Amino acid sequence: MGKNLTMLVMDAPYESANSTTALRIVQSALHKGHNVHVFAYEGAVTLTLKSQQPHANPAKGTTAEQEQHPTTKDWIKALFEMSKGNGAKLEWTNCGLCVDERGPAEWIDGPKRGGPPEFARSVIASDTTLVVPTKRNC
Amino acid sequence: MGRVLNIVETAYRGTLEEQDDTVIWLSTMLKNNGLEMSLLLRGNAVNYAVKGQDASGLAFGALKQVHPPEIDKDIAKLVSKDVPVYVVKEDADDRGLAGSEFVKGIKAIPRARISGLVVDHDQVWHW
Repeated sequence: MGKNLTMLVMDAPYESANSTTALRIVQSALHKGHNVHVFAYEGAVTLTLKSQQPHANPAKGTTAEQEQHPTTKDWIKALFEMSKGNGAKLEWTNCGLCVDERGPAEWIDGPKRGGPPEFARSVIASDTTLVVPTKRNC
Repeated sequence: MGRVLNIVETAYRGTLEEQDDTVIWLSTMLKNNGLEMSLLLRGNAVNYAVKGQDASGLAFGALKQVHPPEIDKDIAKLVSKDVPVYVVKEDADDRGLAGSEFVKGIKAIPRARISGLVVDHDQVWHW
């Protein structure tokens, strides 16, 4: 019987290793049959932006096709696909106010708009919660 | 689901743009939505406990920010909602804060007591 994990992520794409680490945890949990609800807060709402595009690498002289540059929206799309295959459920909620103040709201299929009430309900209903915040020494 | 210990260490991250601290804001929203929690301020975030902070005055050209962050008042609101708010005493001492500057109701605790707080809570979130 899978457990329920809530995870809050906060970094924008390509900001730190936190996002990749968080997605690896999501993948591991799904792989083991656990349900995961991700709450994307602050810059993390841009992780699922539909308009992300791979780019070429002029330093290496490779085209976009050769480079196969990863985008976070493709990684997350793959996690949604993976969850369909093994019975574990992936939910993804983008903080609506965080989206509004940043602008772009065109996401891949899967994420929903929500806010702290959804996060609170998910935390209360989950077996555990992990927050992966943006950390700065400022 | 029991009580969450929110440890806030990252301070003044985007507070002028956001007009608040996003973790303190989220804590308030979660408390309003039924989540029980305590707040522990450590590192540079101990300064959030200091009364009378004034972040007003930001302007770009003719555009003035009319609602600057008032994090000390946000902390006071959490205290008024029965959220226990703690400050790590050594971190306050390191920054020349004696405690008399703090918002009413905040408890200064020695670093050695953090482990006890962790034990007393069901989940720990470190921001």
